[in-house]
Amino acid sequence: MLDQSRTDALGDALYNALKSGKPTPKISVLEPESDIEDAYRIQLRMLQRRLDAGDSVIGKKIGLTSRAIQDALGVYQPDFGQVTKTMLFEDGAIIDLSKLMQPRLEGELAFRLKEDLMGPGVTTTDVIRATEYVTPCFEIVDTRFEDWQIRIQDTVADNASCGVFVLGAAKADPRDLDLSLAGMVIEKNGEVVATGAGAAVQGSPVMAVAWLANTLGELGIGLKAGEIILSGAQAPLLAVTDGDHFTCEIAGIGKCEMRFAGRAMV
Amino acid sequence: MSLDNPKTLNDEAIIRLAERVETAQRYATPIHKLTQDYPDMTLSEAYRVQTALRRSYEARGQRVIGWKAGLTSKPKMAQMGVSTPGVGFLTDAMERPANRKITVSDLIHPRVEAEIAFVTKSELSGKVTAEQVMAATDYVQPALEVIDSRFSGFKFDLESVIADNSSSARYVPGGRMIRPDALDLRTVGVVLEHNGEIAQIGAGAEVLGHPAEAIAMLVGVLDDMGEVLPAGSFVMAGAITAAVAVKPGDTITARFYEMGSITVTFTE
Repeated sequence: MLDQSRTDALGDALYNALKSGKPTPKISVLEPESDIEDAYRIQLRMLQRRLDAGDSVIGKKIGLTSRAIQDALGVYQPDFGQVTKTMLFEDGAIIDLSKLMQPRLEGELAFRLKEDLMGPGVTTTDVIRATEYVTPCFEIVDTRFEDWQIRIQDTVADNASCGVFVLGAAKADPRDLDLSLAGMVIEKNGEVVATGAGAAVQGSPVMAVAWLANTLGELGIGLKAGEIILSGAQAPLLAVTDGDHFTCEIAGIGKCEMRFAGRAMV
Repeated sequence: MSLDNPKTLNDEAIIRLAERVETAQRYATPIHKLTQDYPDMTLSEAYRVQTALRRSYEARGQRVIGWKAGLTSKPKMAQMGVSTPGVGFLTDAMERPANRKITVSDLIHPRVEAEIAFVTKSELSGKVTAEQVMAATDYVQPALEVIDSRFSGFKFDLESVIADNSSSARYVPGGRMIRPDALDLRTVGVVLEHNGEIAQIGAGAEVLGHPAEAIAMLVGVLDDMGEVLPAGSFVMAGAITAAVAVKPGDTITARFYEMGSITVTFTE
């Protein structure tokens, strides 16, 4: 276990990388003995620096939910990060790539909560009843390290590799559709580039949100009414470039769209 | 024609190749790809072999009840270097009931794909649009296709696979029938489970952006062969998920958004 001065220093290095666009060395290389708990303490420090600069937490993201990504990292459980006000973009937004480092795109289902959820013991029924609405969402993941060849402690420390996200305007009540089988279609410049379904996320995105509530509950943290929960990628990661226009459509809900402009920093 | 161009396969060669494929299909014995003996075989010659195969099955009393589209995903088409899907015919003898056991000892190396099938209510002929396909559709429903290449090691080229009836072997209609305009088929999510584990996930748009596009292109291929798609045809639009290899004892379940599910168990 790393001492607090070390995790603070690593969290500061990640925050500086985020602000400067200059990558920082991987935690897994600097501290090969570090574990996931160390990584979450680094994540917390990086977040605190953002909050000190005036940002605020508006929700959570769940990562490492797909089997392909779990196989790649050899980790068979999801992770989570915090999403803040400055990461949020509205449906139809143009994302400036020059503010990102090595962005990639994921299509997800986002949940907006109308009631608090405090684990442990949270079930999928509790999640459905606490949800105000679900909406299609793009998460633009990013890494503050030199490249995407990262390990579990790297992605956890780096806020679960969250960059920014675009929340759809289309909404549905989760009681009205089968969130496990609702299909997702991602189009890039009018061509289908990826498809998926809710089952790609832990069997159902509702399961993933229950997992998050229970995992945070163990740490004494609750999910709050009004929070946005990004439940995990349902289709393969996509590369993005200047001028790309993307839509993400989910059965029974509708679509979210966005565009990229400029050039990434790394 | 064969006299003018010695590289062109004459009718006798076409019949002989069809017999070779039919024997492999009937006795589940793998053969090497046809282009090994006929490296200059063209796509239209491959379809002539497939037609001869179809005529032979019909002569033995089987009824052609519909068609299947293959190579309907963009990556597969790029891999095979084609811009239109491949097609294969389906006969009544290839149908297997949903939620029952299916024998695989009469197949070489079966693989299962989840698809959306269209059943037509009026004839489609010539070059048609996806909209015309939708208008001519009575209903759509889930289907499992069991494909089985007759070529050793599933190794083939486009001409060989077309001659082999696009690897058609068995088909299993099931789930819930719905009117084609009752649901956006692009966002129908499909989960294919293999022995209880999720093996493949996709959505209808995986098939050329919309499954009806594949049916429209299939009708165009039939037109090139001088055929039409009669009313009442059962047509599978192409794989929404990658194929999963199965062996005796395996269970496959395909679940479709708002369209129910199909389960089959494979036996010797």
